[in-house]
Amino acid sequence: MSTIVSLPDQSTATMPKRSYLNAEYGLKSWLLTGDHKRIAILYLISITFFFFIGGAMAGLIRLELLTPQTDLMAADTYNKLFTMHGIVMIFLFLVPSVPATIGNFLIPIMVGAKDLAFPKINLLSWYLYLAGGIFTLAALISGGVDTGWTFTTPLSTHYLNTHVITAGLGIFVAGFSSIFTGLNFIVTIHRMRAPGMTWFRLPLFVWSHYAASVLMVLGTPVLAIALVLVILERTIGIGVFDPAKGGDPLLFQHLFWFYSHPAVYIMILPGMGVISEVISTFSRKRVFGYTAVAFSSVAIAVFGFFVWEHHMFIMGVSNYSALVFSLLTMLVAVPSAIKIFNWAATLYKGSITFETPMLYAFGFMGLFTIGGLTGVFLGSLGMDIHLTETYFIVAHFHFVMVGGMLMAFLSGVHFWWPKMTGRMYPEGLSKLAALTTFIGFNLTFFPQFIVGYLGMPRRYAAYPPEFQVLNVLSTAGATVLGVGYLLPMLYLTWSLKYGKIAGPNPWQATGLEWQIQSPPLTENFIETPVIDYEAYDYEWLANKTKNEVQTVG
Amino acid sequence: MDSQAIATHPDHTHAGHEHPPYLRHHFATVEQQRETSSFGMWLFLLTEIMFFGGMFAAYMIYRNWYYPAFVAGSHQLSIVLGTINTAVLICSSFTMAMGVYSAEMRRKSALVMWLLATIVLGVVFLGIKADEYHEKWEKHHVPGLNFSVQDFVRVNPAYPEDKALPLDMAEKTQVYFSLYFAMTGMHALHMIIGISILIGLVIKAQAGAYTQGHMTTIENFGLYWHFVDIVWIFLFPLLYLISRHQ
Repeated sequence: MSTIVSLPDQSTATMPKRSYLNAEYGLKSWLLTGDHKRIAILYLISITFFFFIGGAMAGLIRLELLTPQTDLMAADTYNKLFTMHGIVMIFLFLVPSVPATIGNFLIPIMVGAKDLAFPKINLLSWYLYLAGGIFTLAALISGGVDTGWTFTTPLSTHYLNTHVITAGLGIFVAGFSSIFTGLNFIVTIHRMRAPGMTWFRLPLFVWSHYAASVLMVLGTPVLAIALVLVILERTIGIGVFDPAKGGDPLLFQHLFWFYSHPAVYIMILPGMGVISEVISTFSRKRVFGYTAVAFSSVAIAVFGFFVWEHHMFIMGVSNYSALVFSLLTMLVAVPSAIKIFNWAATLYKGSITFETPMLYAFGFMGLFTIGGLTGVFLGSLGMDIHLTETYFIVAHFHFVMVGGMLMAFLSGVHFWWPKMTGRMYPEGLSKLAALTTFIGFNLTFFPQFIVGYLGMPRRYAAYPPEFQVLNVLSTAGATVLGVGYLLPMLYLTWSLKYGKIAGPNPWQATGLEWQIQSPPLTENFIETPVIDYEAYDYEWLANKTKNEVQTVG
Repeated sequence: MDSQAIATHPDHTHAGHEHPPYLRHHFATVEQQRETSSFGMWLFLLTEIMFFGGMFAAYMIYRNWYYPAFVAGSHQLSIVLGTINTAVLICSSFTMAMGVYSAEMRRKSALVMWLLATIVLGVVFLGIKADEYHEKWEKHHVPGLNFSVQDFVRVNPAYPEDKALPLDMAEKTQVYFSLYFAMTGMHALHMIIGISILIGLVIKAQAGAYTQGHMTTIENFGLYWHFVDIVWIFLFPLLYLISRHQ
């Protein structure tokens, strides 16, 4: 049953006199802040910067692929472009995207705390992120890296003379930023919950961030040591991955994917948290099967650690282990499907409205499902041999990461923008942007499934002329997609000054963050909240609004 | 005033109750603050276990593949220096634990004394380690920089029962020494970071920071120091004591 909730009249809303945005002024008050909300904004600005750098590279890649010949750039340059595109997008955008911005802003508020457990470590994590970003930019400016984002040995250790060490250090440092964010979240969720905020009253956003944080804390150090060993191999020539000295290059891949497969879930789980909140709010119903959705996040985190070898099926691993990892890969589809089905069941008989965050959420559900199901194709041993290293796999992970995660990120940004800034964005324009993104995305990446199935390999600047039609479609789509991403950038910036005042709860959502003023105070709550209602209780919200004595004036 | 669901009276926040100066604003009680930071420290140590875990996994695999090379490599290490270093580190863990105890008992000079003792023992460990590294350099056992298989294709005079390795297995000792340098190097790096933090702690302890009831920092650093010690307790038998019973 959904509760009918009428949206509040926003024309009477006023900006609160005091908020975290005007508590202090000056650059120093931002750069030395301990406030999780300000750090979230710092992160939002920096990841947007890197997103557009990575996006520009994607644009150049698509431009090169417009024609079958290598004409826009040399093949070497092309290799560097897709490598840097991968590194920037994965380590500097996708991994911190939702957790470090929206998660950082909301998790303390959602659990009813004044801040994250370790505010200084939170700030440190932002500085480490910046340092990692600067290393990566340095590698880019000084000539780039062309190993692919996977740093595959012995290519990265023996055969390339590009800036592997600089880029590796960048990822190493950015990795610590991610570890500290995850650590902060876990401790905050365990130790900082307000009275009455039991584990099963937590919003699903918090559950999914908890699961992602476990992956960050346990996975990232393994990537760190793998990179250290690569760097040591390049600098002094130790031989852990060098066959001439007794090492095995495949071991690097095991260590690398032991992080980098869970990293996929680090990227997608927070996005799933956003979708749970958005779907519930705009159907005015409690998320169907709350417990199942909560535990499916944990299940994804656990299974996620035992599927890494599916990236290595064609690399000469034992057939028996490939069999086991294929089975485990299929298993991880189960908790993901639980989420999709539960969201669909939440929509069923809900009072659905189609605000911008909801449009993005619908985009997520469709695109993530396609991305996830093609993942099952790739997890099957026979299919994998045909499809891996083709554009099919490129399309697959872009459906999950761009179609899934980026949609979720934009959904979350649009959903919580009024809370973060106190202002609304132009609704018509933002709906147009959501639609443009969806159309542009499908046009870009759906042809890649076909062209990959037909056998076009990934990571080449040139291709046989018969693939040109599909590649032109894809490049055209990328242009539309680019417009779809530029639009929010423009109108969200515009809304900072000219947007309508949002008021504390413009969507009539039930989360704790919507019960305080927007933008919130530095200390979030005047007094520690006591939680005596379940998550997503729209009856409670309706009664509360009815009985509330409005203090005006 | 604005029409807010919850009114804005931030000035009331801290009225009415006193709290110690070291209680950070976002914690309700000192107890909560202490539990939180120690939980955070344990989680951090978990990430450290995963960090070293990658190298232990590599060690396990290569030791199974190239056991004779690992035995020959291990027999080139000085068991005496290794044992002394193990003893030094265990003692440093003891002095660190005594430091934590002194902080708890609020004895400032004892705390400073025990922390200084920990620094000294840490430096002794690093000194011995540096000497061992130097010896490896002299004997051409550093893979990549100056490695030579000479010592492994002939019988080791210290272990006359060991057979000389065939050339391809002798080459594999490089992976043993790679792991030896990577693992002990990472461990030494953790020691250096630990000693640097200790110097800071001594300065603050001198000013009386940890002997007025708030000693979470000392406790947490103690956890870190013991962790680094435990890593060595695993490294010592794995690297130095392969096949010593033969």
